Amino acid sequence: MTELLILLAVLVGLIALGKLIRVMELASKLKGENSWEATDKDHKYQARLMPIFLLAYFAFIIWQIVEWGDEVLPVSASEHGVVIDNLMETTWIIIIPVFIVTHILLFYFAWKYAYNKNRKATFFAHNNKLELLWTAIPALVLLILILYGLSIWNNVMEPLTAEDEPLEIELYARQFDWTARYPGEDKQFGEASVRLIEGINMLGLDSADQNAWDDKYVKAEFVLPVDQPVQFYFRAQDVIHSAYMPHFRAQMNCVPGMTTRFNFKPTKTTEQMREITGNPEFEYYLMCNKICGAAHYNMKMVIKVVAETEYNNWIAEQKPFLAVEGLEEKASSDAPATDSTQTKIEGEELSAQL
Amino acid sequence: MSATAHHQDNDFLFKYIFSTDHKMIAKQFFLTGSLMGLVGMLMSTIFRLQLGYPGESFPILDTFMGDWVQDGVLTPDKYLALVTIHGTIMVFFLLTAGLSGTFSNLLIPLQLGARDMASGFMNMLSYWFFFLSSCVMIASLFVEGGPASGGWTIYPPLSALPEAVPGSGMGMTLWIVSMALFIVSSLLGSLNYIVTVFNLRTKGMTMTRMPLTIWAFLITAVLGVLSFPVLFSAVLLLFFDRSFGTSFYLSDIYIGGQALEVEGGSPVLYEHLFWFLGHPEVYIILLPALGITSEVVATNSRKPIFGYRAMIGSILAIAFISFLVWGHHMFVTGMNPFLGAVFTFTTLLVAIPSAVKVFNYLTTLWKGNIRFTPAMLFAIGLVSTFITGGLTGIILGDSALDINVHDTYFVVGHFHIVMGLSGTFGMISGIYHWFPKMFGKMLNKNLGYLHFWATMIASYGVFFPMHFLGLAGVPRRYYANTEFPMFDNLYDLNELVTIFAIIGASAQLFFIYNVFYSIFYGPKAPQNPWESNTLEWTTPVEHIHGNWPGEIPEVHRWAYDYSKPGAEKDFIPQTVPLSPDEIDESKEGIPIPGE
Repeated sequence: MTELLILLAVLVGLIALGKLIRVMELASKLKGENSWEATDKDHKYQARLMPIFLLAYFAFIIWQIVEWGDEVLPVSASEHGVVIDNLMETTWIIIIPVFIVTHILLFYFAWKYAYNKNRKATFFAHNNKLELLWTAIPALVLLILILYGLSIWNNVMEPLTAEDEPLEIELYARQFDWTARYPGEDKQFGEASVRLIEGINMLGLDSADQNAWDDKYVKAEFVLPVDQPVQFYFRAQDVIHSAYMPHFRAQMNCVPGMTTRFNFKPTKTTEQMREITGNPEFEYYLMCNKICGAAHYNMKMVIKVVAETEYNNWIAEQKPFLAVEGLEEKASSDAPATDSTQTKIEGEELSAQL
Repeated sequence: MSATAHHQDNDFLFKYIFSTDHKMIAKQFFLTGSLMGLVGMLMSTIFRLQLGYPGESFPILDTFMGDWVQDGVLTPDKYLALVTIHGTIMVFFLLTAGLSGTFSNLLIPLQLGARDMASGFMNMLSYWFFFLSSCVMIASLFVEGGPASGGWTIYPPLSALPEAVPGSGMGMTLWIVSMALFIVSSLLGSLNYIVTVFNLRTKGMTMTRMPLTIWAFLITAVLGVLSFPVLFSAVLLLFFDRSFGTSFYLSDIYIGGQALEVEGGSPVLYEHLFWFLGHPEVYIILLPALGITSEVVATNSRKPIFGYRAMIGSILAIAFISFLVWGHHMFVTGMNPFLGAVFTFTTLLVAIPSAVKVFNYLTTLWKGNIRFTPAMLFAIGLVSTFITGGLTGIILGDSALDINVHDTYFVVGHFHIVMGLSGTFGMISGIYHWFPKMFGKMLNKNLGYLHFWATMIASYGVFFPMHFLGLAGVPRRYYANTEFPMFDNLYDLNELVTIFAIIGASAQLFFIYNVFYSIFYGPKAPQNPWESNTLEWTTPVEHIHGNWPGEIPEVHRWAYDYSKPGAEKDFIPQTVPLSPDEIDESKEGIPIPGE
């Protein structure tokens, strides 16, 4: 019923509009004008609307900055993020004046040179010097931006080396959750394959690979020690996902069939960020930023950045793969015959450590 | 060309349906493309309802959308479906086929002085492939599982595996079929445009006397011919992966409770192939819009377009560079960072010819005598959107900055303003300007003014705030922003965007009404309503096959002799011979090597 009424209202509206046009047409006919040719009055009014629109547009932008300026991401919580933010600021400083000046010129000219039948436009078709000028200036400015941007890009994308003593973490994406894997004491990730995914072993870790035994993985929340470089590896199980950590200015796609990388050094703990933002409930998030299906919008992990000691306590509490899987026995009995003794020994050592 | 058409004038079927006349085909493209655009726009208002009022029930949706909504709320799957088809329709059906199909068809023969396209039959085929393609795309809305839901870029594996999202079943197959038909249509059209421009120009119509519209359409067609086949191969391989068990794009996948027997492919390969079309596609949309604007701005400023040759040069430069920048869509895909650096360099280069175009438009307005027709208003609007959206492109094209705004609403705001709004404004401007040539009737100006201001205000109201969403870290294609407390304060922003979206969509009613009312009841068009120089205004108002009843007029000058000193009127049509002491402006400006 409601729908019918709405439909009816739309129809009536359209008919009213039609009648209105008809009236306008007849009125302009009476005045000896036609319904399509812009009159002196039209030129006058449309020209006046130009600066009005410009001011309204600028006012709207300023209002938005006032209203939502505080909602943009807070100061970067990673080392390289600060550098990126500086580049962003520089870029804004170049862009905004260009935006303002060109818009003022556009709408000022439109207002100033509105049609007047007693005037003739100035015939001004070419000027090679002017052309050269406004080819050269943007080229120069862009050259600076390109060089500045690329120097940062190269630094940010530079992989960490052993000298940096990075903490290595693998972020594993699937519809629709994240898993963070730490390599454990041996600092070696175990092999994994989609063919080994079964039951609780949703990363498909290879239990025959000893490197995997002490790997630790967590869901819902993962922890980083502050001021230590982190080398991230990204993998995906089913479709492309993207690991987006906006507070750290970090993003990398997770692509099935390949491992991608990104690294950053967190510089502010969650607690510090809570003070900076004045929000006692502030959290860092890892979100999915590549369309991946129905629950894409809810695929997330909380990132806790804490002091190193706190991190060490936390990581010690996490169970290794072997314990999660209840594989201690399985590992000893299933291990390939050739190196079964060695496996057994290391397996026992591991259990002892636990 | 029109040999078969002559005796069929009175036959409704051949006059309106299977016409080989470029003017009729232009109208067919216009109506079909706009209808598709309308569908795309309605889709956006529906998913904007969900974004502006997440989880709120709109019982009216139940009536129209069946099981796409539950209790008046759009489901997440169908939200993605709407986003996907909205993007596909707007990019391809409205702003590629709708824009180029309408104006290349209408204007290339008319402005060049040709009796018709080089091949009228191919031209007709081009339309009918487009029509079929539209039908298949719309049909895909009604199949089980719904239409394609992987985003308009349909990245595999999401688009390859029905287990990943319901829309990747039958809906995705139809998407591929529809795009294949679309590409055939585009190629038939583009080849025709290119051949016509090179071979069927009237006497005196040298390349440097062609209006900028034609230059834009020509280069657009070249872009299409070079890039659409790559999309075709991309979707063909996707089709193989989906239907014949190949793994071009698939590797190491576990889904639906089992590991798939696919090995060795890479989704990144698809991304490369897709964006090799995808980026030139942006200019396939933009160049015709800019070409139309050049013509409209010059005519209504009563002034020659400033720097005609620089405008051609910048079109050529943009087109060339557009083939070397596709990787800027892939900075964070795991592509080698060195490639990222290369693509940053080439991408930011595009800003140079774009800046030249903007400054030339501004200089054209300077000391002009501006007639505010609705077409002119939309052209001014385009210059504004082109600047606004273009400048944020400098941020997105810079790989280091892209890391953090990639795939956020910042991107959505950017490309909707620079490509969506500019493309649409260019198209609408063209319709207001050439409606008399298409239908022999005049549009109502007051409705045009209303339409422009409502659209202009609503457009910025919708897309400008999105930059703030992006800078706050809101990813695109999220069904709702309710799951992250950090987005809670952005609720009113989303609501505002939705309100403006509804206003903007409603404002198009002025236009739709104006078009249909005027087709039937509008005042008859005079011969040259805008006092323009170009050739199309020398043809009879009532369409005839072959365009000119007698000889095709000869061209003696370029298209931009407006307000020329010494001339009595403020325009001199291209058909008027140069007086002995008059400078041929088409030979002035930046020298061309070898000229």
